[in-house]
Amino acid sequence: MALTKEEVKHIALLARLGLKDEEIEEYTNQLSSILDYIEQLKEVNTDGVEPTAQVTGLENVMREDEIDSCDNETKDKLIKSAPDSEDDLVKTKSVF
Amino acid sequence: MNLNELTIKKANEGLQKKDFSSVELTKACLDKIKKMDDKIKAFITVTEDVALKQAEAADKAGDFSDPLTGIPHAPKDVFCTKDVRSTGASKILDNYVPPFDATSIEKLNQVNGVMVGKVNCDEFAQGGSGENSGYFNTHNPWDLERVPGGSCSGSAAAVASDMCIYSLGTDTGGSIRQPAGFCGITGLKVTYGRVSRYGVMAMASSLDTIGHLAKNVEDAAIVLKHIAGKDKKDSTTPDKPVDDYEKEILKDIKGLKVGLPKEYFIEGMDKEVKETVNAAVKKLEKMGAEIVDISLPYTDKAIAAYYIICPSEVSSNMARYDGIRYGVSEEADNLLDTYLKTRSNNFGAEVKRRIMIGTYALSAGYYDAYYKKAMKIRTLVRNDFDKAFENVDVIVTPTSPTPAFKIGENSSDPLKMYLADVFTVPASLAGICGLNVPAGFVDGLPVGLQILGKRFDESTILKVGYNYEQATEWHKKKPEID
Repeated sequence: MALTKEEVKHIALLARLGLKDEEIEEYTNQLSSILDYIEQLKEVNTDGVEPTAQVTGLENVMREDEIDSCDNETKDKLIKSAPDSEDDLVKTKSVF
Repeated sequence: MNLNELTIKKANEGLQKKDFSSVELTKACLDKIKKMDDKIKAFITVTEDVALKQAEAADKAGDFSDPLTGIPHAPKDVFCTKDVRSTGASKILDNYVPPFDATSIEKLNQVNGVMVGKVNCDEFAQGGSGENSGYFNTHNPWDLERVPGGSCSGSAAAVASDMCIYSLGTDTGGSIRQPAGFCGITGLKVTYGRVSRYGVMAMASSLDTIGHLAKNVEDAAIVLKHIAGKDKKDSTTPDKPVDDYEKEILKDIKGLKVGLPKEYFIEGMDKEVKETVNAAVKKLEKMGAEIVDISLPYTDKAIAAYYIICPSEVSSNMARYDGIRYGVSEEADNLLDTYLKTRSNNFGAEVKRRIMIGTYALSAGYYDAYYKKAMKIRTLVRNDFDKAFENVDVIVTPTSPTPAFKIGENSSDPLKMYLADVFTVPASLAGICGLNVPAGFVDGLPVGLQILGKRFDESTILKVGYNYEQATEWHKKKPEID
C-alpha cells in the first residue's frame, strides 16, 4: 500500500506532528511497507464476525455523580505541572 | 551470597529472623546499581534517599509478616510515582513529577515496600528491544552487546543483574514476557483487567496489562497476590476473586492437559530454541502432564491485526502529550505550532511511527477497512484460544523465535522488529494470561518458555511454571558481568 508524501503530510498534521522533510520521506517508506504487510488481512473472511472492542465483557461500570474533592496540595502540584499557569488556571495560547 | 542476590522469599525470611535489616538489603541493591549500572544502564532515576527512608520505616515498624515489606523494587518508568520523576522513557515528560501514585505502586507502599529507582524502557512502552527509549539503550546482562528485550528492558536487566529484587512492568504485546525470556528470569503477563492500570501511562487501552518481572515463580506469585484485584479507579477491572497464588503453585500438574500449537513451531525458527522448548515440554510430560497437539489457525494474522489495533489506540493515548498540562512545552507563536513543535521535537521515531499508522487507520474512509477489520480478526484470534482451552488447561510455546539479538540488528527495520513479537502478541489480543520461565540456554543466551492460561487462571500457569522450575536449575543461573 504505497502512501504518497501528500498523504503522509496530511496524517502528520492530523496527528499534530510537525515533521521535517527527511522524516516525511522516511515515514512514507516505512509506513508503506507496514501497510503492505497489513494488507494480508483483506484475504480473511470476516463475514458475520463481531468485532472485539474489549475482552472483559463489562458494561456500564458506573459510580455516583458525587464530587470527590482534591486536596489543596495535590491541586497546587497539578497546576504547577503545567508549563504556563496563572493563579489556579492552566494558561494556553489562544484557541481561536 | 550478597543480600541483593536474594529472592523475595529468602529476603523476607532473613528480615523476619533479623539476620539483616531492610536498610542493609536496600544498601546492597544500591551498591550493585552504583557498581553495575554504568555498563547495564537499566535506571533512568535512582531514588537512594526515598529508598533509604522507606527501608528505615520498614525496619522501624519491625513487622515483616508481609513478604513484600522492606523489599527493594524498581518499577518501569511508565508508572506514576508520587513526587518522583516519571518520564515514560520519553523526552516529552523529561521534567514530569506526578502528584500521585499508580494504584499498584500504592499497594506496594502500603506494605512498606522500598523503591530504589525507576527503570528504563522503550518510550511509552512502544518497542520490543529497549532501543526506543528516549534516553539510552539498556544492555542485556548476559551479553552487553545484546538487547535485554522490550519494552521492559530496564526491568529485566535490573532483576537479572540483582540491582533490585523485582520490578513492576507492563505487557501490551509481549513487553514483560519477551525481555524476561531474553534475560533468563520470570515474567508474568496477567489477564487483561486482573491488575489496575490506574496511574500507569497508557499505551493501548484495550491491550495494556500491569505485571511484573521476578527471579522465580514463587516471587511472581507473591507480587501478584499484592497487586491483583478490582480497583474503582480502573473500571476495566472485573470483580474477580484473587487466588492465594502462593498456595496454588505448590499443587502438582499430574493429568494437566498442555496444548502445543503447531503454528508456534514453524520452519525458519531457531532450531536450538525449538529443541530447548521441546526438552521443556518433555520435562512437563515426565511430571505427569498430558501433551495435546492443538491448532490456533489465526496465529499468523494476529501480528497484522495487532499492528493496526495497537497503533490506533496509541495514536489516541499519545494525544494528551501536547505541552499544555504537563511535561515539556516548546516555545511557539500560536497553539498549533506549540503542538507541532512540542510533539515532533520530543517524541521518538517509533512513537511517531505508531501515531501515524494509527491516525491513518482511524481516519475517515479507512476506519472500516483497517481498525474494524482488525477488531474482527481479533475475535477470530480470541476464538482460537477459547476453543483450544475447552480441551487443554494451558498452552505452551516458545516465548521468542530467537534469543536476544544484537543492539542495532533490527532497529533499522521496524517491520522485522514487529515480527519478533509473533509468539507473544496473539495472547495479548485474546486478553489471556501468560508466564515466561527460563528454559535453557543457546550459545550462552537465555531461552524462555511461555505458558499461556485462561483468563483469570493465573494460578494454573504459575503452578505449571513453579513445577517446571523446581525440576530444573535454569532460574538459579546468574549472568557474569565484568
